[in-house]
Amino acid sequence: MEYFIQLFLGGLTRGSIYALIALGYTMVYGIIELINFAHGEIYTIGAFTALITASVLTLYGFNEISILILASLVAVIYSSAYGFTIEKIAYKPLRHAPRLSPLISAIGMSVFLQNYVLLAQTSDFLPFPGLVPEFQFMKKYEHIFSSTELMIFLTTSVVMIILTLVIKFTKIGKAMRATAQDRKMAMLVGVDVNRIVSITFIIGSALAAIGGVLIASHIGQINFYIGFIAGIKAFTAAVLGGIGSIPGAVLGGFILGWTESFATGYVSSDYEDVFAFALLVLILIFRPAGILGKSKAQKV
Amino acid sequence: MKSTVIRLFLSLAVILSIIIAISCTKLQSRSIRVGVAGAHSGDLASYGLPTLKAAELVVKDINAKGGILGRKVELLVEDDVCKPEVATNIASKLLSNEVHVVLGHICSGATKAALGIYKESKIITMSPSATNPQLTQSGNYPNFFRTIASDDAQAKLEVDFALDILKLKKIAVLHDKGDYGKGLAEFAKEFLDKSGRAEVVLYEGITPGAVDYSAVIQKIKNSEAEAVIYGGYHPEASKLVMLMRKKKMDTVFISDDGVKDMTFIKVAGEYAEGVYATGPKDVSKNPLAIAAADAHKKAYGSDPGAFFLNAYAATQALLNAIEKAGSTDYKAVTNALRTEYVDTPLGKIRFDERGDAIGVGFSMYQVKNGEYAEVK
Repeated sequence: MEYFIQLFLGGLTRGSIYALIALGYTMVYGIIELINFAHGEIYTIGAFTALITASVLTLYGFNEISILILASLVAVIYSSAYGFTIEKIAYKPLRHAPRLSPLISAIGMSVFLQNYVLLAQTSDFLPFPGLVPEFQFMKKYEHIFSSTELMIFLTTSVVMIILTLVIKFTKIGKAMRATAQDRKMAMLVGVDVNRIVSITFIIGSALAAIGGVLIASHIGQINFYIGFIAGIKAFTAAVLGGIGSIPGAVLGGFILGWTESFATGYVSSDYEDVFAFALLVLILIFRPAGILGKSKAQKV
Repeated sequence: MKSTVIRLFLSLAVILSIIIAISCTKLQSRSIRVGVAGAHSGDLASYGLPTLKAAELVVKDINAKGGILGRKVELLVEDDVCKPEVATNIASKLLSNEVHVVLGHICSGATKAALGIYKESKIITMSPSATNPQLTQSGNYPNFFRTIASDDAQAKLEVDFALDILKLKKIAVLHDKGDYGKGLAEFAKEFLDKSGRAEVVLYEGITPGAVDYSAVIQKIKNSEAEAVIYGGYHPEASKLVMLMRKKKMDTVFISDDGVKDMTFIKVAGEYAEGVYATGPKDVSKNPLAIAAADAHKKAYGSDPGAFFLNAYAATQALLNAIEKAGSTDYKAVTNALRTEYVDTPLGKIRFDERGDAIGVGFSMYQVKNGEYAEVK
């Protein structure tokens, strides 16, 4: 039973990270129907920014909590700026082009950013400090669930709740929903669509950066390639949960995390990915739009 | 007209070769003849030529001192271009020239093909470079010896270390699904299963670059393994070690020369302490190795190539064994190879029952105070 719980918690951590990144994919898709392949790279950039900030702050002798908060904040701001700029440079000029063009542009952006991090930083793995302090009350459970893992889970939950509330009850949220439903109509009723798209990219990038910082302090190392694999998994999670749906992204993340964790635990880690993608295929056969996705008539 | 010239030329050639053969036999009666077989031309020549040079250097030294057992040493050089079919031909040729021992061949495939022929005639063969495990482990070639570690030597060292020195009973074997890592892990598992002294409680491949390895870590913990033998490279190894230590597990971590890398220590930091990894034995400080390299530079004007030191050691070992045996008798020389230590650039070596050199190859290192230190 303890083994089961450990695997469950391990899957929860992994799923939380997938969910945080998947939120970015799903939001962007919901609004402009674009798969932002450069999203994984934003996660890498977030992790690298946090590493640099944390190193500098440590030199100045800041304490653990303030380093965590400041490093995350800088990472969020910096990554958001990247997300905003990517949209302006790579996607906005192609807003009215055929759907394939922005897709290629997105892949190009992903390759570009990956190599940019490689050249600007290093191809080597870098050690990443454990930014999350060890909580006193977690001491007893340290061997099952570390403070960092708890932090990852709590952050994802809080972020998802805030995001849902923002989209449901604020003016910006309303504008987002309107843009998602019909961009042209939203424009006609006075919604600044360009601004809404930018905000979406900024929020998505901020979440990816948080995910990057948290998983890096959990694993303890980063390199330029981490975003690519995490991005693909998160994208899978977004599709699994129903792309375009926010609770779907989180649910998809958790289901993927658990599948991988239990497949490793009870079968073999050799088949981790086999199980994850077999599940994806199965779900898409029975629910082509994903678990919580709504299949709607194609807009003409 | 033309055919007469050719005929004349041919008959001359035949007569000449007969004369050379006769004179050779006369010369051969007194000398100790060492066949040197390997790739001396073609695209793999760079693997074979250094061996030839090593043999020449050693033999020049020995002959300058008056040879062995009062007889001069002579080299008979043959090129097999690393091809098995050529190797069998030149093996027969060396036999007809009545060699006493053979230094070679260079490539595992060619060596295996030629070995059968040498075995029939009880000719001791020593390769400086053939690493295929089967050559010694199959037990088919009692006449075969080598001065290089076989492909599975690292796995063997890891397993022996875990069983004999750490005295562990439950071991998890992990790998990264790659050729190198999985190959090593397969050997390690095989050795552990064969030994019957420890149980392989877990055998799994992990996905390189995955976001998190927590589930595998829990599995290791659940399997109650006392040690993990990991086949692969340092990025995954450092993640595994860090996660294990963070979960307060003190499981011993043993890995290979893919992990014996400073980056591993840099990334894993304090968590790297105590990790074991095998790596090539360090011979750069051996005075004999330095002397051999210097002699090569003096004689040929360049730095020695691949397997030079292994070949140097092999030639020394062969000639030393003949000297200790007092004759070129197969049994006596084989026995001397297995019992008499000889000082070579690779260190003090002798050979085990199967023909692998003892004291050659890999050492176990452990991370201590942020550096790899050899475990003695």
